[in-house]
Amino acid sequence: MFPDDLKYSKEHEWVRINGAIAEVGVTLFAQESLGDIVYVDLPVVGSEVEQFAKFGEIESVKAVSDLFCPVSGKIVEVNLETVDNPEVVNVEPYDSGWLIKVELSEPSELDGLMDAATYESTLE
Amino acid sequence: MLTNGLQCPKKTPLHATHLESNAKMTEFCGWDMPVQYSNGIIAEVRAVRESAGIFDVSHMGRIEFGGPGTKYFLGTVLSANLMALKIGRSKYNFICNKDGGIIDDAMIYRIEDERFLLVVNAGNTDEDLEWITSQAVDDSDCNMAILTNKTAMIAIQGPQAVAIVDDVTDGLASQIGRFRIATASFNGYVATLARTGYTGEDGFEIIVPADQGPDLWSLLKSVGAVECGLGSRDVLRLEAGLPLHGNDLSPSTNPFEAGFGRFVYSQAPGYVAGDALMQISTSESQRLLVGFKMIGRGIPRSGLRILSFLSDQDTCSVIGIVTSGTYSPTVDGGIGMGYVDRKYSEAGKQIVIDVRGRLVEAEIVKLPFYKPV
Repeated sequence: MFPDDLKYSKEHEWVRINGAIAEVGVTLFAQESLGDIVYVDLPVVGSEVEQFAKFGEIESVKAVSDLFCPVSGKIVEVNLETVDNPEVVNVEPYDSGWLIKVELSEPSELDGLMDAATYESTLE
Repeated sequence: MLTNGLQCPKKTPLHATHLESNAKMTEFCGWDMPVQYSNGIIAEVRAVRESAGIFDVSHMGRIEFGGPGTKYFLGTVLSANLMALKIGRSKYNFICNKDGGIIDDAMIYRIEDERFLLVVNAGNTDEDLEWITSQAVDDSDCNMAILTNKTAMIAIQGPQAVAIVDDVTDGLASQIGRFRIATASFNGYVATLARTGYTGEDGFEIIVPADQGPDLWSLLKSVGAVECGLGSRDVLRLEAGLPLHGNDLSPSTNPFEAGFGRFVYSQAPGYVAGDALMQISTSESQRLLVGFKMIGRGIPRSGLRILSFLSDQDTCSVIGIVTSGTYSPTVDGGIGMGYVDRKYSEAGKQIVIDVRGRLVEAEIVKLPFYKPV
């Protein structure tokens, strides 16, 4: 449900750290609450993001939701798969459904994110 | 929260069934209703387009009118030409105020010479009843019975829907023609079957006593109908080019600018909206309700501005507003309806939708977006 090797934000995003790069996506809980994802609006590669600021939008059939970045840094890659097949976010929210990769500017920010157990407890 | 002894939000006779199926519930017009079931909205839309889906529509207002003055009285409040409505048939129509504004859109069914069933939107039932009763006079000679709380209503829609109902009713259903209504007793059920719906597909809207609702739902499910909620219902009606009151229709819109003048008969004796509608029908509407398909990436949503580029000035002007929008799995793209200035309303016209700051190209198309073969 909520992989142990990831960190989580209260806006239901997850972060996977690979050295200086953070891979970001939405959690299983988020995709379940949203329902069928039909559109993802991602930022331009090279743009800067700030922790907890809006970086894009994700749309289900019925509604539009904002995406908030769990970390600060520079966008180095966006997942183009979500453009043609937005449902990949529902099917594999932690793997092929990743959204952006961020080159961290403030790695200490990760301490402010939750571990899997803490995140799960916020959902009850 | 209690109002008049009724708990809010209200529950249809099928409420427990939806919870057992793990439906995602939401409050809709004072009712606790299913938005979707476990397989999601897109799967439900596909099921209705490919086989058959069932919808709990028990929350919709169902009112029966009877008595020697019924046809005359209803002619004073409905836009339908009731003189031309034969027994066993139905008409889509509007409940208009005296300015021709739309209080609600509705289906009127003629069950007997002077006995009619009116089905209205759940969100407007109270307003409809208040308006209709306010138009009654001492010698109207028409009685009204509210059936909503005593009955359940299930819509079954899709290419397999009629076959399924025919099977379950031992061949009675297929004898009812499209857009007609009849009562039928089968398998212990006493039902009113109306061959109408809100998806563009063939099928039935079935009314049974409230306590028979859950069993009928289970029966239809057991022979292959897929449970569908309000989420897919909204996608399906938009694909079929059907308006939603509260979005595409309102008291500030009239049937002519919405493109539904063919459902207006303004000459019934004593028709409260007759003069206004007659006047509107003879003048040109400034704006028209149109359908459009997205060309660029983006999904239209209610409230977004519609723009047009002025090619010689390279600036764009606001020419309208989106009133309904969604992603359609059936046509695989964003679709929507909205009001635009008359001169931009032709099919084929390129327009621009302002999707929260992103300008996305779209094209006006003739409705419906999808029509079953």
